[in-house]
Amino acid sequence: MFEPVIGIEVHAQLKTESKMFCSCSTNFDASPNSNTCPICLGFPGALPVLNKKALEYGIKTALAFNCDITECSRFDRKNYFYPDIPKNYQITQDAFPVGLNGYVDIPLDNDVRRIRIKRVHLEEDAGKSIHEGGTITDAAFSLEDYNRAGVPLLEIVSEPDIRSPREAYEYLCMLRRTLLYLGVSDCKMEEGSLRCDVNISIRPKGADKFWTQVELKNLNSFRAVERSLDYEVRRQSQVVAAGEEVIRETRHWDEAGQATVSMRRKETAEDYRYFPEPDLPPLNITGSRVEEIKATLPELPGARRERFMRDYELPEYDASLLTDTQELADYFEEAVREYGQAKTVSNWVMGEFSRLMNATGIGIESVKVAPSDLAAMLKMIDKGTISGKIAKTVFEEMFTEGKSPEVIVKEKGLVQIADEEELIRIVDRVIEENGEVADQVRAGKDKAIGFLVGQVMKMTKGRANPQMVNELLRGRLIN
Amino acid sequence: MKITKEDVARISVLARLELDEDSQSQFVEQLSGILKVINALDELDTSGMNQTISPAGLTNVLREDIALPSIAPEEALSNAPDREGAFFKVPRILDVD
Amino acid sequence: MRLNELKAHELLPMISRQEVTVEEAVTCVLDRISAIDGTIQAYITVTCEHALRKAREADARLAKGEPARPLEGLSVAVKDNISTKGIRTTAASKYLEDFIPPYDATVIQHLEDAGAIIIGKTNMDEFAMGSSTENSAMFPTRNPWNPKRVPGGSSGGSAAAVISDEAVIALGSDTGGSIRQPASFCGIVGLKPSYGLVSRHGLIGYASSMDQIGPMTKDVRDCALVLSAIAGHDPKDSQSYPGELPDYTEYLIPDITGITVGVPKEFLDEGLSQAVRDAFTEALEKLEALGVTIKDVSLPHARHALAAYYVISSAEAGSNLARLDGVRYGVRTCASEDFASMMAKSRGEGFGPEVKRRIVLGTYVLSAENHDKYFNEALRVRSLIARDFQEVFETCDCLVGPTSPTVAFEAGEKTRDPLAMYLSDVYTVPPNLAGIPGMSVPCGFDKEGMPVGLQIMGRQYDEATLLQVAYAFEQATDFHVRRPEAEPNAYELAGGERSV
Repeated sequence: MFEPVIGIEVHAQLKTESKMFCSCSTNFDASPNSNTCPICLGFPGALPVLNKKALEYGIKTALAFNCDITECSRFDRKNYFYPDIPKNYQITQDAFPVGLNGYVDIPLDNDVRRIRIKRVHLEEDAGKSIHEGGTITDAAFSLEDYNRAGVPLLEIVSEPDIRSPREAYEYLCMLRRTLLYLGVSDCKMEEGSLRCDVNISIRPKGADKFWTQVELKNLNSFRAVERSLDYEVRRQSQVVAAGEEVIRETRHWDEAGQATVSMRRKETAEDYRYFPEPDLPPLNITGSRVEEIKATLPELPGARRERFMRDYELPEYDASLLTDTQELADYFEEAVREYGQAKTVSNWVMGEFSRLMNATGIGIESVKVAPSDLAAMLKMIDKGTISGKIAKTVFEEMFTEGKSPEVIVKEKGLVQIADEEELIRIVDRVIEENGEVADQVRAGKDKAIGFLVGQVMKMTKGRANPQMVNELLRGRLIN
Repeated sequence: MKITKEDVARISVLARLELDEDSQSQFVEQLSGILKVINALDELDTSGMNQTISPAGLTNVLREDIALPSIAPEEALSNAPDREGAFFKVPRILDVD
Repeated sequence: MRLNELKAHELLPMISRQEVTVEEAVTCVLDRISAIDGTIQAYITVTCEHALRKAREADARLAKGEPARPLEGLSVAVKDNISTKGIRTTAASKYLEDFIPPYDATVIQHLEDAGAIIIGKTNMDEFAMGSSTENSAMFPTRNPWNPKRVPGGSSGGSAAAVISDEAVIALGSDTGGSIRQPASFCGIVGLKPSYGLVSRHGLIGYASSMDQIGPMTKDVRDCALVLSAIAGHDPKDSQSYPGELPDYTEYLIPDITGITVGVPKEFLDEGLSQAVRDAFTEALEKLEALGVTIKDVSLPHARHALAAYYVISSAEAGSNLARLDGVRYGVRTCASEDFASMMAKSRGEGFGPEVKRRIVLGTYVLSAENHDKYFNEALRVRSLIARDFQEVFETCDCLVGPTSPTVAFEAGEKTRDPLAMYLSDVYTVPPNLAGIPGMSVPCGFDKEGMPVGLQIMGRQYDEATLLQVAYAFEQATDFHVRRPEAEPNAYELAGGERSV
């Protein structure tokens, strides 16, 4: 049978204040051409000067993906013509990218898949073409906005190590997660701050030769990547099964039709005439600079997940979910620090907490419940101040109102009734009011005791300590 | 190596530079002469030599990541051969990347 | 003597003492331009109103008792490939005929901060590609010494303006000799600084790794004055030299005893004309008499410099000029229905033959099949040439040779043969490849009265030694005080009528 061979190129916009080679703002939502200058418009005589932060982000990311950092890295010109490329060459890194030969480990089906990263390099983004009155080729003209031109991009290129559409999906998730952990990119696909191009070919399982590859474009979500690959594996397999050959081409993912559509044939490789950018001196990234940047790396998602499993003895499932974002993982750890029992915190964070976030659309960054409040509430359960059932009500109130659990319990009178005398009075009243059922219990129908417990809870609006109620009823009716 | 008329025609496409028949033929002749001079570089033993990209010899020239005011869109657009509102306007793009 | 005929260093004290007003000085230059530029054709644009306004502002400042700035009131001719905010900057190309830059080059800011006044934008070979200013898309510039001859190029307009007193000082740009060769052809002083000494920000890029802006002046002292104003680190040019610079005027001392001057034998090869050889030999004798040690040296790879230069400069130029696509500025041929053919047609119509030739050559040497054979090899040869210089500078303080193999040639003589034109730069190209400074100072005249230039080359960023040697030589000679004779009669000249 056939196996897919998949390689992915990801372009991530770097979260800098200013553009890659000029001081224009990177806020490209501004009105058209308002964040432009002679440099990013490619005016004659304007020269590029490299953004320090963009370089630092590039090195940081390359390190996070276990790349070798190129000591003598440099920039090159990639020459091609397009109206949204103001200089008609793109300043990019061809021969000496910041990072080479890295890898990223992807947890998949209780296993770990290692996907090699071929290179990580910096380049400048293009402007935006708006095609008036139709698609790109049948529009009568296009309108150019250069606000985005020169925004720093990081390109991360995988080796063709990915072997299934799902693996591609997981790879992309891990990539995004890592970039978010590093704080170098917003990674918003819908806004274009993360873009991916995919190459896919198929070959007989176990073969070591590559067959003709197809490039997929217009992939607007990770799901679109997965589905387009599913489609493409099927399509290419059918082509080969029919005795035909897969054609080298670029195909467009049609989201509505859920199919890939042929765009154009790649007759010959384009001749980009790369050459070293004479306007930018080369870089010299010393070992000590690399160490300096390495020291600023946060704990990365893979490592954090491992640690959660090891130190908190969490199941893999919990650890993966909790480390999906840095904010969630931080939240969890802070609550555990205050409360102690990791699994209980995990249950609450993954349970009620996530449910409420999903239901309200509130992200972790704007949640009103402080981790210490969650811990305080869990302690109240342990102390018997509130019941586990009441706790859910309390937590919902905490989530929507942002008050501390103590305040809510006090305001709403939700303190559990654990006072024996008070409970005896209630229990006796329930026995009196439900004489028939009490008799059944006395006669040995043990199950019926549940009804009486329920009546007590009803009378106390759930505040009675269920265990005590049970014991009191038994003491009165059975012994 | 000799430059041919086909080379010149191919390069004029690659360089987005329309050349009429006459200048194509003229260029073949002139560039062949120039290439003859350039081919003399072959005589030199350059093994082990680095490529000098720039004589400045600088490294790590960087600027701080600070956003400064851009020029006004009107200024940006003031030399545009064609525009629509605050956009630069270009004829349609036939070759899709 | 009229004010426009004065050297900058003669005019400056008169202005600072308010013996003359800046307006008088500027008016004198403008009068000279209107009298003679119809013949010389040095200027593409004369910024009359701008200059007079600036002059009055300067006078008002001086009248208030503000001190005169280092270049106060000097009329400066600026080569038309240097961006001037609000002033048309064409690079002598039809393509940029109406281009008005939205920003000033760093050198313009420096000059204006120092008090200089832009009097106009000078003619040049289109995009600085050429050695005669005949490749201007506007009109040719004539050599004031003999209007049938070329002024050299590509900064021919600036050179002609200075020698004909149509400016007090001028800026040129030099990628392979474009300051020094026209300085030599017109009998003025021209300095190409070390690569990185003067900011390129705002200079319309030709070959980015070699382009430099430099002074073109009536004498060496003026050259040092202008260099002091424009040199220095610029954060807008990543290749800009970040080190401290000396005050160049301090090196203007006539004593050069003990300096070792190398004479590369490769600069005295069979291509050198007899007239230039004679003038150079006399110059050497003069230098020796001044107490320097003359040393014969060799730059074994210099004869390959021209080949390496044309590969590298064309490759960089092809890429630099790709931005001229008719989208953001420049000419657009409106008939085209799609972007690609619009661009190809616009460029086909907008560029002159030399520019097209270099784009084709540059694209050719970078294309996949030729990249290593031509482009990478040229970069390696460049290293050899730079090493040659380094080695001779271990024993020499500077090098001298002729600036160009010949004096100014006849207009039209080399336009049909690009290779012959390129050979005019054979001695000026090596310093650009190595990034070292080179300077041309007048060192004689041939029998027909055409000036000859002496080229002085020095260690990287050691402009001071060049100026010192040049100054001593100049003080011992009188070539720099001669001026072309009576105004040539424009009606006797054939062809090349001014069109702009």
